[in-house]
Amino acid sequence: MDLYEYQGRDLFERHGLPVLAGGVATTPEEARAIAERLGGRVVVKAQVKVGGRGKAGGVKLAEGPDEAVARATDILGMDIKGHTVHKVMITVTADVAEEYYFSYLLDRANRTFLCIASVAGGMDIEQVAAETPDKVVKAPIDAVKGVDEAKAREIVTAAGFPAEVADQVVEIAVSLWQAFVAEDATLVEVNPLAKNGDGRMLLLDAKISLDENAAFRHPDHEALVDQAAVDPLEQAAKAKDLNYVKLDGEVGIIGNGAGLVMSTLDVVAYAGERHGNVKPANFLDIGGGASAAVMANGLEIVLSDPAVKSVFVNVFGGITACDEVANGIIQALALLEQRGEQVTKPLVVRLDGNNAEAGRAILDGANNPLVQRVDTMDGAAERAAELAAAGV
Amino acid sequence: MAIWLTKDSKVIVQGMTGSEGSKHTRRMLAAGTNVVGGVNPRKAGQKVDFDGTELPVFASVADAMAETGADVTVIFVPPQFTKAAVVEAIDAAIPLAVVITEGVPVHDTASFWAYNVAQGERTRIIGPNCPGIASPGASNAGIIPADITGSGRIGLVSKSGTLTYQMMYELRDIGFSTCVGIGGDPIIGTTHIDALKAFEADPETDAIVMIGEIGGDAEERAAEFIKANVTKPVVGYIAGFTAPPGKTMGHAGAIISGSAGTAEAKQAALEAVGVKVGKTPTETARLMREIMSGS
Repeated sequence: MDLYEYQGRDLFERHGLPVLAGGVATTPEEARAIAERLGGRVVVKAQVKVGGRGKAGGVKLAEGPDEAVARATDILGMDIKGHTVHKVMITVTADVAEEYYFSYLLDRANRTFLCIASVAGGMDIEQVAAETPDKVVKAPIDAVKGVDEAKAREIVTAAGFPAEVADQVVEIAVSLWQAFVAEDATLVEVNPLAKNGDGRMLLLDAKISLDENAAFRHPDHEALVDQAAVDPLEQAAKAKDLNYVKLDGEVGIIGNGAGLVMSTLDVVAYAGERHGNVKPANFLDIGGGASAAVMANGLEIVLSDPAVKSVFVNVFGGITACDEVANGIIQALALLEQRGEQVTKPLVVRLDGNNAEAGRAILDGANNPLVQRVDTMDGAAERAAELAAAGV
Repeated sequence: MAIWLTKDSKVIVQGMTGSEGSKHTRRMLAAGTNVVGGVNPRKAGQKVDFDGTELPVFASVADAMAETGADVTVIFVPPQFTKAAVVEAIDAAIPLAVVITEGVPVHDTASFWAYNVAQGERTRIIGPNCPGIASPGASNAGIIPADITGSGRIGLVSKSGTLTYQMMYELRDIGFSTCVGIGGDPIIGTTHIDALKAFEADPETDAIVMIGEIGGDAEERAAEFIKANVTKPVVGYIAGFTAPPGKTMGHAGAIISGSAGTAEAKQAALEAVGVKVGKTPTETARLMREIMSGS
């Protein structure tokens, strides 16, 4: 889960890291209240999870509460690279003398964590690394040993931080590592890490990603989810414990296993190239069990997407037997009818693997006009795309 | 001979008395796996009956190894306890630990992996979030269905469970030496490269199927490895061409970050080193079939 800048600022503050005083507003009046509390000149910043806000006009200075209201009015509702601004962060201003860069992140390739530090901050770090690689230090962090003062000093020295800020950066590096671990983050990026005119260091921006697998030990992380920004179908699916991602196509997809479902999306997209360019409408992995109840919940979500014109149920019976899956599909359709859902969209079902013959016989026996059986994955994808194209 | 798991492997199960653990212990036994016991400190000394096979429960992995000579552990404990379970297996220096558990925080995985490295990598870790490893006809450590295919001379390494099963099924008449599900998490104990290296060295493997998916650059690095080190034919498949950037597609590691981790880049890297990449699982199976039939 990626956090907004203001959530990152709050998180840093909770962990004792030096940030600018500020608050978040969803209306111009809230912006006024925060500007009044902060006093003096403030910065109004659009809260969107995309870079380039400044260039898009999403970051403005305001001389006091009245101007803060005006700037917030301008920025709220603005579209920045397809993201609508629903919140602005108001902070006091900084008197920036120097801009540096500091981050911790997951390094998948080396199966550990990485610290990236640079005295060339305030810019895109990938660009800095490409143009002046000697200005960027990449230090692997041992996940067991972590970052103590000695490790932090090693990084700070290697990156060439000036002597007058070195001690402060060491302290920040250690605290930031502790926050990174304590919050189960996979990324904390501070760009810029700034030296203020008075010589104090400040974390002026926050890009943070949290590990959703660690949610069980962070009950407070749930509140960081921006419910308004979550697709309503994804939200409904999550409430039913389904692994669903909304996409932009017309063929609803239900399958078992993340890899098989990803593969199903691809195969449907290829088939769609021959049938009106229809595309997969969603990712939905109903997992290994695939009981009738889970199948019904999955079908309900997929069918409630108005863009869906046909549904492809692609199941490989591994541990689950296909006869159980077939029964699940038939029962799920009956269950939906009981719930008052009018199912009118065609379902193409491909069952393979464990007890596939029995499963197919059950589908044939049920003789449901909406259910079409195709026994190969590629063939079924073709049929589902064809039906979706006809229904568009 | 297969890789890492043979008919001589003695398997214990951490979490054998839990619901998933007991269900799959029964299945592993039915597949002919030599399961010799389980680990649960609270139930140490008890016996558990699996359709007539009585398995002892030990207090620790070390105890189980001392008593039974176990050399493989399969871990089914919930995510909250997975790190401790793996550390225990590493401390006991068991040669192979298969971590089935899904949903392990990546800090925990990074931590037990760093610990394993610090101990000299005496333990091969497969997973987490994986279906395990199966050497058909010999042994089965994990949740891969044992009855899809028999033994043969294809090696399979895959990030995905169901795509593993699908591929085993497509090529069931030819059969497999070993199928390794390495898991879909961002950090995993055994990589495509580890499996490719082992299959290259295995005299009972003639060709290799490698299944990857979006996220990270493991497939790209595997491609470099293949170029320099693998002489056996390799056929590839990559899932996730239609996945949008920034969305996690089921597996915690299956996410395109910015422009990194795309299926296109992985396919291009594999094809650049001469690996044939199938457009669909079925086409991938056909490519392998052509290689195995010498056409």
